[in-house]
Amino acid sequence: MSAVIEEHHHDGHHHGPDKGIMRWVFTTNHKDIGTLYLWFSFLMFLTGGVLALGIRAELFQPGLQIIQPEIFNQLTTMHGLIMVFGAVMPAFVGLANWLIPMMIGAPDMALPRMNNYSFWILPFAFGMLLSTFFMEGGAPNYGWTFYAPLSTDYAPPSVTFFIFAVHMMGISSIMGSINVVVTILNMRAPGMTLMKMPLFVWTWFITAYLLIAVMPVLAGVVTMMLMDIHFGPAFFNAGGGGDPVLFQHVFWFFGHPEVYIMILPAFGVVSAIIPTFARKRLFGYDSMVYATASIAFLSFIVWAHHMFTVGIPLAGELYFMYATMLIAVPTGVKVFNWVATMWQGAMTFETPMLFAIAFVILFTIGGLSGLMLAIVPADFQYHDTYFVVAHFHYVLVPGSVFSIMAAVYYWIPKWTGNMYDETLGKTHFWLSFIGVNVTFFPQHFIGLAGMPRRIPDYALQFADWNMVSSCGAFLFGFSQLLFLFIVIKCIRGGKKATDQVWEGAHGLEWTIPSPAPYHTFTTPPTSMKEAHG
Amino acid sequence: MNRVMQMWQAGLSLLLCSNVALADWSALNMRQGVTEISQRVYDLHMLIFYICCAIGVLVFGVMIISMLMHRKSLGVTPATFHEDTRVEVAWTVIPIIILLVMAVPATSTLRDMYESSDSDLDIEVRGYQWKWQYTYLNEDPAEEIQFMSALKTPRNEIQNLEAKGEHYLLDVDNPLVIPINKRIRFLVTSQDTLHAFWVPDFAVKRDAIPGFIHESWAVVEEPGVYRGQCAELCGKDHGFMPIVVHAVEQADYDLWIAEKQAEAKEVFNTVGKTWSKDELMVKGEEVYLQHCAACHQPNGQGIPPAFPSLVGQGIAVGPMSGHIDILLNGQAGTAMQAFGQQLNPAEIAAVITYERNAWGNDMNDMVQPKEINTMMASE
Repeated sequence: MSAVIEEHHHDGHHHGPDKGIMRWVFTTNHKDIGTLYLWFSFLMFLTGGVLALGIRAELFQPGLQIIQPEIFNQLTTMHGLIMVFGAVMPAFVGLANWLIPMMIGAPDMALPRMNNYSFWILPFAFGMLLSTFFMEGGAPNYGWTFYAPLSTDYAPPSVTFFIFAVHMMGISSIMGSINVVVTILNMRAPGMTLMKMPLFVWTWFITAYLLIAVMPVLAGVVTMMLMDIHFGPAFFNAGGGGDPVLFQHVFWFFGHPEVYIMILPAFGVVSAIIPTFARKRLFGYDSMVYATASIAFLSFIVWAHHMFTVGIPLAGELYFMYATMLIAVPTGVKVFNWVATMWQGAMTFETPMLFAIAFVILFTIGGLSGLMLAIVPADFQYHDTYFVVAHFHYVLVPGSVFSIMAAVYYWIPKWTGNMYDETLGKTHFWLSFIGVNVTFFPQHFIGLAGMPRRIPDYALQFADWNMVSSCGAFLFGFSQLLFLFIVIKCIRGGKKATDQVWEGAHGLEWTIPSPAPYHTFTTPPTSMKEAHG
Repeated sequence: MNRVMQMWQAGLSLLLCSNVALADWSALNMRQGVTEISQRVYDLHMLIFYICCAIGVLVFGVMIISMLMHRKSLGVTPATFHEDTRVEVAWTVIPIIILLVMAVPATSTLRDMYESSDSDLDIEVRGYQWKWQYTYLNEDPAEEIQFMSALKTPRNEIQNLEAKGEHYLLDVDNPLVIPINKRIRFLVTSQDTLHAFWVPDFAVKRDAIPGFIHESWAVVEEPGVYRGQCAELCGKDHGFMPIVVHAVEQADYDLWIAEKQAEAKEVFNTVGKTWSKDELMVKGEEVYLQHCAACHQPNGQGIPPAFPSLVGQGIAVGPMSGHIDILLNGQAGTAMQAFGQQLNPAEIAAVITYERNAWGNDMNDMVQPKEINTMMASE
């Protein structure tokens, strides 16, 4: 009965998506925009991956073979920038767009037109960033952390384009996060109180605040660079009364919260997947929320642990060491809660669960090496070596990236209405799992043994493990083509998914049909029984 | 404190039975080094490493047991518990206690690393793109020894045209020489962009920051050759600016100092004499390959636009005075350094003469070290 009425009401142009390319250009639909974000981030993931394989190919053997040092520095820099700003962050925004309205029972994001703008800025920002490869002097070559004065007085002319691209990414992120905050605060269905929200919504809510707080700081520091390069106020030049270390303080005041921006939504994803496949409610929901908020708070007061070797006085080093170590406490709480959720569950191991469990194990390894890095005297030996490279790739690749893949496998039946191919999914998981560990685990050893990061050539004692690492990188890289194939195959067809999709899944998104209709929750749901697992 | 740490280590390594395994893996672990501090840093590193391993074994152990026992395929029914304040408090408090156990030795080691009593020898370490300059500070500036230290590995080894030597990329022309059992203070700074002075065996890593001087120190207990690398991205040849330190007995050090001072005197003499063009060209090529070729390339073609070509264009075929000026004072806003502070007048005269008459540049002129010396003195 109601279906008939709905059809009668909406048979005009509001009913479904527009046809053709214009659907994607002008769309204000959260599902379309989520899809755009996800595809864009995957494209950037492949682009950044190709750059990474260039790096690993050069490092396969000692000596300079295929990539000269000046190009090598461009590859490391662009790889970092593209993966951080182009792959991981937009992927999480894509997930937020798809899932937050469906999880809180809202019809769409609160600010749909702005949602469209915040996506469509990105292709232009990255188009500009990538165009620097073809400019005289080449692409940015000063590391993704772009420390002054290498990024100011000694930078190639393309640095100005880089600065403008960063500004555009920042505007996109700020608009996206304002949208998330406004949506969550205003558009929750009746009865969906804050402490009933799924953890993915909570972690994104906190992430959005982090973004709003720190993206302007990033904008500030690149603007200071712009000034230094073109107008000479010498913010970062001691010769004019400035200080190169000031750059690092401002950068890491942005940069450390940025690290958590890339991991908090991952915590949310894993907190959704583990209870589903353990068929058991998430253990310690309240403490998970408080732990996330604590991590976010601590992220603002630990920035100088990236700078232990710049000559900070003893008291400063001690403070930043203690504050950094403290982060292990709420992070530990999260890991223990996931383990307790698994404990005495009735687990099955479909692809999303495999990625989620790998996330918990490998992220914990990255967390433990992070704890080692917090210890200042030891950090003097670890700093700027491959140990650091191993650490942050463990939290970013089998951390953030695995969680994104887990999320895609977990929710893609809801998005497309079709189940993905489970055998291929598991194959993709094991290839990625092996590839990631073969790539990054040996980097701990070569770092401890003394190989600095960001070098195109290395001494002979590092040769064996670099070769192993490069082999792992190619395995991991090419495995992602399988991921692409699985996703396309799933979009084109497959076993039909039920509404609930997974036996143990709870939450509002599992109460609507699969595939999710173009418009959902045009009237808010009434029962919150299904709110969180 | 050391005893507590040793007990910790002994206990944990027994627990993990990993002592034997790790001994074989020493080439893949942090170096113990040759100073008291570096040994303590190593012990601290191993302590934290064992604690992290223990935590890992515990957490992953529980996960693996759970994955084996609590599977749906075994027909289990899921439990329904989902919160417990007592365990939440426990796994908040216990990690805090573990962190305190780590913080105590870390704090004491760090305090000792920051201890700044008088030193026996002060060495200024100045980073350049892409080499190091060492100055042995002395009350009497005339007695000061100063030299550049750059990569010695031949280009052909890097380009895979020759077999790589034992110390590939970790060999320099002029190593830093220090006496053992003396407190050496390194005053680290930079001439251009950021660098970092890192000698793993001393547990010394200090960023070199232009316009600022930061100190670090070491008392080396064993004679030997210790190798390190620049540890902060500093541009194109960041991977090619190693650090080599020879730690020697005091007597050998005194001999070396005397030799260096004699060398300085000889340089002074060579500046005074009149050089033939052939002599300048030979010396010039040597200086060029060592100091200029990294950017301007051995064939003079450079890598435009960052590093301009010198062949048939620019300063090398322009007026002599401009050429000398750029060499002595550098070019602001570019990677071109002020070589007046790095090279002696004979080297400068030779390299200028070489650049003006090599690769088909045919200026057919030359400049004498004497003239350069006069110009440098008048600046």
